[in-house]
Amino acid sequence: MLSLTINGETHRLEIEPETPMLWALRDEIGLTGTKFGCGAGLCGACTIHVDGVATRSCLLPASDAVGKTILTIEGLGAKRLHAVQKAWIEADVPQCGYCQSGQIMAAASLIAQNPAPTDADIDATMTNICRCGTYPRIRAAVHRAAELVKI
Amino acid sequence: MTVHLTRRLFVTSSLSLAGGLVIAVAAPPLADATPLAAAPWSPETSAHAAGEINAFVVVEPDDSILVRISKSEMGQGVMTSLAMIVAEELECDFGRVRVEYASANRNLTDGNPYRSMGTGGSSSVRKSRVFLQQAGASARARLVAVAAGRWGVAPEACAARSGAVWHEPSHRSAAYGELASEAARIRLEVEPAIKTPDQFKLIGTRAARLDTPLKVNGEAKFGIDTRLPGMVYAAVANCPVFGGKLKSFDEAAIKDRRGFIAVVAVENGVAVVADRFWRAKEALAALPIVWEFGEAATANSETFRADYRAALDGPLVNAVDRGDAASAFPTAAKIVDAVYEAPHLAHAPMEPLNATAHWRPDGIDVWIGTQSPEEAIKIAAKAGGVDPRNVYVHNCFLGGGFGRRSVNDELRQVVQVSKAVGKPVKLVWTREEDIQHDRYRPQAALRLRAALGPDGLPKAFEFRTAVGSILRSLGWAKPDSGIEPMAVEGLSNVPYRAGALKVDAALKNTHVPLLFWRSVGSSQNAFAVESFIDEVAYAARKDPYEFRRALLLDRPDFLAVLDKLVDKGDWGKPIKKGSARGIAIHEAFGTIVGEIAEVAVSDKGEVRVDRVVACVDCGHVVNPLNVEMQIESGVIYGLTAALFGQITIRAGRVEQSNFHDYEIARMADSPVIETHFALSGGAKWGGIGEPGTPPIAPAVANAIFAVTGKRIRSLPLKNSTLGA
Repeated sequence: MLSLTINGETHRLEIEPETPMLWALRDEIGLTGTKFGCGAGLCGACTIHVDGVATRSCLLPASDAVGKTILTIEGLGAKRLHAVQKAWIEADVPQCGYCQSGQIMAAASLIAQNPAPTDADIDATMTNICRCGTYPRIRAAVHRAAELVKI
Repeated sequence: MTVHLTRRLFVTSSLSLAGGLVIAVAAPPLADATPLAAAPWSPETSAHAAGEINAFVVVEPDDSILVRISKSEMGQGVMTSLAMIVAEELECDFGRVRVEYASANRNLTDGNPYRSMGTGGSSSVRKSRVFLQQAGASARARLVAVAAGRWGVAPEACAARSGAVWHEPSHRSAAYGELASEAARIRLEVEPAIKTPDQFKLIGTRAARLDTPLKVNGEAKFGIDTRLPGMVYAAVANCPVFGGKLKSFDEAAIKDRRGFIAVVAVENGVAVVADRFWRAKEALAALPIVWEFGEAATANSETFRADYRAALDGPLVNAVDRGDAASAFPTAAKIVDAVYEAPHLAHAPMEPLNATAHWRPDGIDVWIGTQSPEEAIKIAAKAGGVDPRNVYVHNCFLGGGFGRRSVNDELRQVVQVSKAVGKPVKLVWTREEDIQHDRYRPQAALRLRAALGPDGLPKAFEFRTAVGSILRSLGWAKPDSGIEPMAVEGLSNVPYRAGALKVDAALKNTHVPLLFWRSVGSSQNAFAVESFIDEVAYAARKDPYEFRRALLLDRPDFLAVLDKLVDKGDWGKPIKKGSARGIAIHEAFGTIVGEIAEVAVSDKGEVRVDRVVACVDCGHVVNPLNVEMQIESGVIYGLTAALFGQITIRAGRVEQSNFHDYEIARMADSPVIETHFALSGGAKWGGIGEPGTPPIAPAVANAIFAVTGKRIRSLPLKNSTLGA
């Protein structure tokens, strides 16, 4: 039995401890906003926050998340839209939308740690893959989110 | 409770009656604020909605307008652009428009009201616009007729505006919601004429996408997000060598694993079923499988490459023979002759292929993101042995399509599994299966020759391509079918003036399955033609822009795009040391796109694309914002292929397996992209999902030549040595 704190709620799961958090979230708890893209930590579609840090959940054993604070896309804007989500809407970022949960979680983590990221900072930290090529709009939205946080 | 929620609950109850299946679709918390449901499919009911005026338009009692979308949303923006076309004629506030997918089952069983529901070929707006305008106009005319009848006035004395009918002389108005149920029964003697572009008020304006709110909070339901009561999961291994067969497997080795349910032989491979996907995937990895690889087990890309190059020498089938190319070459002042090569490419949409099916003896429900919902009905019906009229395909948001989701291999498999285990099943391909069992962009070799006169202008072009046939690979054409259009698109319609043009092709297939890949034949043919015309320009000692211009004098549409591109793209202006601009222009799917790429090449040979300026002529624009997004998307999709993209075959199987060796352009690789318009208007309505892709590879390759003097004739660029 693993006890996990996700988006402020405690979940007790009867799963193998090595089950990746991605599948614990999606198939055990039903939080399907976190996406499966590669299963190898390469694309970032599964990005969540573990104690506030952007983490690729497809390689994170659920047992390693015990005692940590887990935040998913569903929890990010649960009360009101997060600045990053607002910026995403303003900048018309999503196309197919599949990678955007992970992109937004990566951006929210970046903004939390670096309130005024430069283009070079964005290049270095926003490494998630988007096949629709929304990168120029993601870049604009990250800058906009940094402004919104200041306001 | 909102109307919206009532409709969703209706889905559940009606399907329960039909098949005992209760769909676990939670009502989205933002339902009141969002213009579409997280689960976008149409309720599958035999009774039409009360306010349905026609198959595309439903007026809800709260006066909001529901527009049914008969094409698949895979990121290209159709849910918004098609709704705009209907709303333009309907004279309603676009802010009160909601959308959902049209039902493919209804299209099959109710007289084909949605026509073709396949999505591809950048055709959704081009091929639907007229009948969608008509659907909106016809609904509006009926609403006006009902109001006029109630008021005892002539319909011509009434006006439709902002979701209501108005009679100004008597200061009366009626909202559409009050009129809808009656309007649905009205017969008009003549259907109203549709608007001409000069009358558009909504079409041509920047409209935010309707699906954006659902795509920033994780709510949008992709096929892979389907969850059903009692659902089990399947992981699949396809035969590593295309065309091979499953010989045997040792179920005993995994049957005691936690959650294990079954092993099922499926089309092309074997599936392991478990109570969770992770357990199914792990059990599959532990399953001893014996395959029979067959003859293709020795095939490899080096051989394919030699074979395609050799095939350029014939035999060839002629596609175009205009003027006297044969006699132009012996008398030419100069001949330019070059061979270009393009590799197999995978589509690699971000959402790996998956499908969920609930098979029952008398019907099947399917949840999938598909570009071909009508084909999906046929696939499921055949695999499950049921009447197609009892198959319901609940199309979801597509996590990328790019052509891959036009053929649903995964659907056949999941129906087989659901039938075998008697439960609802979600089957998911891993990324490794996706990369190694795609249907690929064909590998190709092209030989392009130009005979130049003493003035440096071409007297004749001779283009040859050796490429796989997509249609034969799909079984849609016979092996002796001659030439297929996609093999020579971009070659046969080359816009550059020359005295003669001869285009020949050798269609040559291997065991590697092929499919439409964003921009199809133009993806490799534009690379060849636009690199070649650059080579010819240099051979003629002309500026690449001026040279193209001289050959396009009888194409004012091309000239308008080219001139604006050069102006906006700073062609000929100074640029930092180690950088240069490259230009390319190409027409595909009825749209001309020109691109200028600013490319830096370091001393070590590292390529960095800093800026791309694009200019577009798609005739008319429905939503300029969406066109900009699609150009950005097309450029980066094409840039990934130009820089990194290649699928190689060794021992009959694909060597690449995930994003570490099938590399994708990321943020740090992404240029600044600017989109400009040079619209020719008139009768032209071009597509926009694909035409941004073809010019980028040659624009970048031409810039690299301008920096380094090294001509790229084979993709991807990562295989070229550009450093000192």
